Amino acid sequence: MKKVTKFWLFLILATVVYGIGQALIQTGILNAFYSNMLILMMINIILAVSLHLVIGITGQFSIGHAGFLAVGAYVSAIITMKFELPFVLAIVIGGIVAALAGLLVGIPTLRLRGDYLAIATLGFGEIIRIVFLNIEYVGGAAGMMVNNMTTWTSAFVCLVITILVISNFTNSRHGRACIAIRENEIAADAMGINTTFYKVAAFAIGSFFAGIAGGLFSHNFYIIQPTNFGFLKSFDILIFVVLGGLGSLSGSVIAAILLTIISTYLQQYPETRMIIYSVVLVVVMIYRPQGLMGTREITDFFGKKKNAKGGI
Amino acid sequence: MGALLQVKNAGIQFGGLRAVSGFNMELNQGELVGLIGPNGAGKTTSFNLLTGVYVPTEGDILFNGKRLNGLAPYQVTRNGISRTFQNIRLFSELSVLDNVKVAYHSLAKHSILSSIFRLPSHFSEERVMEEKSLEFLKIFQLDTYKDEKAKNLPYGQQRRLEIARALAAGPKLLLLDEPAAGMNPQETNELMELIAFIRKQFDLTILLIEHDMALVMGICERIYVLDHGQLIAAGSPEEIRNHPKVIEAYLGEEVPSDHA
Repeated sequence: MKKVTKFWLFLILATVVYGIGQALIQTGILNAFYSNMLILMMINIILAVSLHLVIGITGQFSIGHAGFLAVGAYVSAIITMKFELPFVLAIVIGGIVAALAGLLVGIPTLRLRGDYLAIATLGFGEIIRIVFLNIEYVGGAAGMMVNNMTTWTSAFVCLVITILVISNFTNSRHGRACIAIRENEIAADAMGINTTFYKVAAFAIGSFFAGIAGGLFSHNFYIIQPTNFGFLKSFDILIFVVLGGLGSLSGSVIAAILLTIISTYLQQYPETRMIIYSVVLVVVMIYRPQGLMGTREITDFFGKKKNAKGGI
Repeated sequence: MGALLQVKNAGIQFGGLRAVSGFNMELNQGELVGLIGPNGAGKTTSFNLLTGVYVPTEGDILFNGKRLNGLAPYQVTRNGISRTFQNIRLFSELSVLDNVKVAYHSLAKHSILSSIFRLPSHFSEERVMEEKSLEFLKIFQLDTYKDEKAKNLPYGQQRRLEIARALAAGPKLLLLDEPAAGMNPQETNELMELIAFIRKQFDLTILLIEHDMALVMGICERIYVLDHGQLIAAGSPEEIRNHPKVIEAYLGEEVPSDHA
């Protein structure tokens, strides 16, 4: 019963947040600049939560996440611009193709551990970017023109689905298996868990939602270019997850919100922007080395039951 | 009736090093057998051979008549062999309850999609897992700690939890790798009682590695002795205690003299 009420609470909260956002945008209190920031925030949260599943829950240190963002962005852009199919379909197909790319990359690389996995995923992320750079069909280095179709509504709906799916996955025997792999892979194996299967599954689900974020991302600006998806973008996403606290879903959401706001405001000071941003990161890591939330969830502060997993 | 576990001439070579060779062992249903030997004799290596962590480079391992060579560790566990580790390997950030639930993982069948969409099979199976895990914790008197993180348990309780977790995977054969390591005499006694209890309660066959001779001689019905990767003796505790090769392995070669 408790879980069911939690689910409805989450939906009500989501509806309220959506309603406030929609009202502010409709009435023009938030101008185009700020509504764009809100959409970007939603995209960043989706990216953070999808990488949280791979790094925070399964413990596989992947730093090529922007590669899957690129796959989703380009595939969905091709579908709306070249085939002129509906936006919703484009987002879903973008996610599916990104998940397939995740399977393709994950099956060989997830045999590696720690630093080796990080380097391999970094390499794959760059390979994906270079592939798009060299395909004339999507404009090569000049980029591809994309219509602006992403709205507050579509971004928010995608975000809610992402959080629900990933938190449902985490709070099940499958999520426990992934956390067991993070905690001790040898013991997880000895307890009858097919570790390769779960590592690849978590990686593919994470890639799927990165692809969804890609679809929203490409239709939010008028152009996408391979340079948007370099390894610095991967590090941006990684920072959300680490800063929020490895293993905390709500932590990565909060970190994504805060950092999006900070980096948007800092655009007024282009010369010092990266310096201030970096100082913020350094300060947080000095005073909260475990991340903003540690491994806790925001729900832990309300209920009496303490839970070490990743709830909503 | 054939033996539950048959190890025929198994061995493993790492490059030029023969860690274990010509290892023969037979375990019958319901036995409690010890595996001893000096440090570096290959005891843990032979456990790793049995559980699929290493693939034997020679010989055969048969469990219930089924060949286990080349199966991955998780497949070996699903076939009914479960183990604990010399250095405790709990899922330290997970709660005590969740540690046991992880072991139940392969007994549930609901798919990833069922969990994502919260289908009825998810709820019913998760409930069964929860109930069964709680039952286990009760048997091991760990239920008061169920929401505690595993890493916060005292050492002795961590050992208990590791055994509970291994049992929750539903094994027919339980392998214990130095369960009494780091325990004081009182804890060792409790452990001996616990082992005797679970053996009866779960109808288990148990193979254990141990350095604590009081424990080994006290509860094992048969003992195998390894030295330098070779099986040097096998038999009842009495036979092992007086076996010249065992004494040699542990104490060094006997100097010929005129003692009785």
